[in-house]
Amino acid sequence: MPPFEIIEHTADIGIRAFGASETEVFENAAIGMFSLISDLEKVGEDNVCNIEIEAEDRETLLVEWLNELIYLYDSQELLLKRFRVTSLKETALRGIAYGEHIDPSRHDLNADIKAATYHMLKIKKGSDGWIAEIIFDV
Amino acid sequence: MTGKMLVPGRVFADRSFIELADEEKALDQVRNVACLPGIEMASLAMPDIHWGYGFAIGGVAAFRMEDGVISPGGVGYDIACGVRLIRTNLLAAEVRGTVPSLIHELSRRIPAGVGRHGEIRLNQKEMSQLLTKGAPWVIERGFGRREDIEAMEDGGVLEGADPAMVSSRAIERGFGQPGTLGAGNHFIEVQLVDEIYDEAAARAYGVHKGQLCIMAHSGSRGLGHQVCTEYIKIMGGAAARAGIELPDRQLACAPIQSREGREYYAAMACAVNFARSNRQVMTHLIRESFEYVFRMSAEKLGLDLVYDVSHNLAKFEEHGEEGKKKRLCVHRKGATRSFPAGHPDVPARYRSVGQPVIVPGDMGTASYLLKGTEKAMAESFGSTCHGAGRVMGRRAARKVINGHELKARLEARGITVRAGKTSALAEEAPEVYKDIDKVVAVCHEAGLSLKVARLRPMGVIKG
Repeated sequence: MPPFEIIEHTADIGIRAFGASETEVFENAAIGMFSLISDLEKVGEDNVCNIEIEAEDRETLLVEWLNELIYLYDSQELLLKRFRVTSLKETALRGIAYGEHIDPSRHDLNADIKAATYHMLKIKKGSDGWIAEIIFDV
Repeated sequence: MTGKMLVPGRVFADRSFIELADEEKALDQVRNVACLPGIEMASLAMPDIHWGYGFAIGGVAAFRMEDGVISPGGVGYDIACGVRLIRTNLLAAEVRGTVPSLIHELSRRIPAGVGRHGEIRLNQKEMSQLLTKGAPWVIERGFGRREDIEAMEDGGVLEGADPAMVSSRAIERGFGQPGTLGAGNHFIEVQLVDEIYDEAAARAYGVHKGQLCIMAHSGSRGLGHQVCTEYIKIMGGAAARAGIELPDRQLACAPIQSREGREYYAAMACAVNFARSNRQVMTHLIRESFEYVFRMSAEKLGLDLVYDVSHNLAKFEEHGEEGKKKRLCVHRKGATRSFPAGHPDVPARYRSVGQPVIVPGDMGTASYLLKGTEKAMAESFGSTCHGAGRVMGRRAARKVINGHELKARLEARGITVRAGKTSALAEEAPEVYKDIDKVVAVCHEAGLSLKVARLRPMGVIKG
């Protein structure tokens, strides 16, 4: 199974992430989002970010996780490529993201993602693993 | 939708626009908004309606102060995204040859594209001032002229802004971004006035046939996006506490008078002031570019601001018949204020003709300068359309349109094109938008705004 696929909307774009576990679905959603921004093959792993989030439920946690990564991308110009969710509870998440600062000579930026939205947001357990769907405002 | 419509939904459109809106479920969104507490008269949509998050884009909704709500989703992520038009004393036919150098100078000075930062970096204290005092503050710091202030909606500053309500993260996202264009549909265009529909209004706005003008379309950048993101989360909880049932979490809202409602307004106003300051800094850089190319002062070149108007915001306004006026919180998400002649909020120099309405089109067709009307006051809380509205998704566009071919096609028509990334240009091709002439015509016939001038692109910078 691929880690994610792209969902298209008229004005915006989203991803459907897959994973054997819920933790993996969170990680793959992050990979999917940064793949929309840039070609991750060309991104190194010099920078490490520790992330801690709290939210009222699992779905909000997913939106908050992705919005936290967008904040890191936009404020610190970081392209993130690898993610590890080290602890996932009902209302709290801890994780680590690896990536590097944007270098315009090596990195093409393809999309400006403003935010992860709650629209049509889904996390569910399917017959062969977990699926999450999320739409971004671009 | 589980709720009950409290008012009707009303869409200003011709048959084809209604069919498009229905197909992509934007009409359901108009209906959802009609169920929100305290909504007045009707849940409205302009002819450029298309599907948005929670609220449709092209939507207008007004809520009563006593029992109504305010919603970040009813404003959108790019708070106070808007357009400004700058006139010149130049005749397009006489300076056609300079357009490529103008585009070059503009793109050298104004960073465009994903994640680009500008030259102007502010410290924490300066940022607070900018968020509170808006465009007049950046003018005081040397980015523009005093006369610019009166040619802006609200004089360039929305009252009630409180930087304490803006998170440090939102401020951090905004630090390097004043005077930057951003990506997506944002642009700077050098345009030619190719048609005048209303001589008297055009004269009042300082616009005439054959003239060279400049249009800038940008918003509040990362700062506005972060404010919206954070308050949608806060208001999800606030709506539940107020007993408001939401069919879609993007409709998150809070009573206007609640703590969350007041705090969102104060934060949103900061983002509005940031967006207007951003376009003001850009105006200064546009004047510098022209001075450099023409070796003449911006004053001599007649680079005066015609108007600056936002199309994503919520404001407190008085509406209704004389003697029965009500104070309402009017949300415009992809809709432009369109106030009539005589209204006190229209700048003194335009009061006899009405507020200038600027409607950006796609880069191959045209943009419009319109004027506000009494009919808009009566029927749409003083609002009209904001643009063409997308009909094709971004990735779908990339599949069927080649950015390099598109650039060549536009250049063959005499339009100079500069894009952060040529492949991304396909996402903004003329064919991914509705026909702007038709959108503006529907508003004209409905009387929500009247045509004053049509502007055709000669040079385009895309993010």
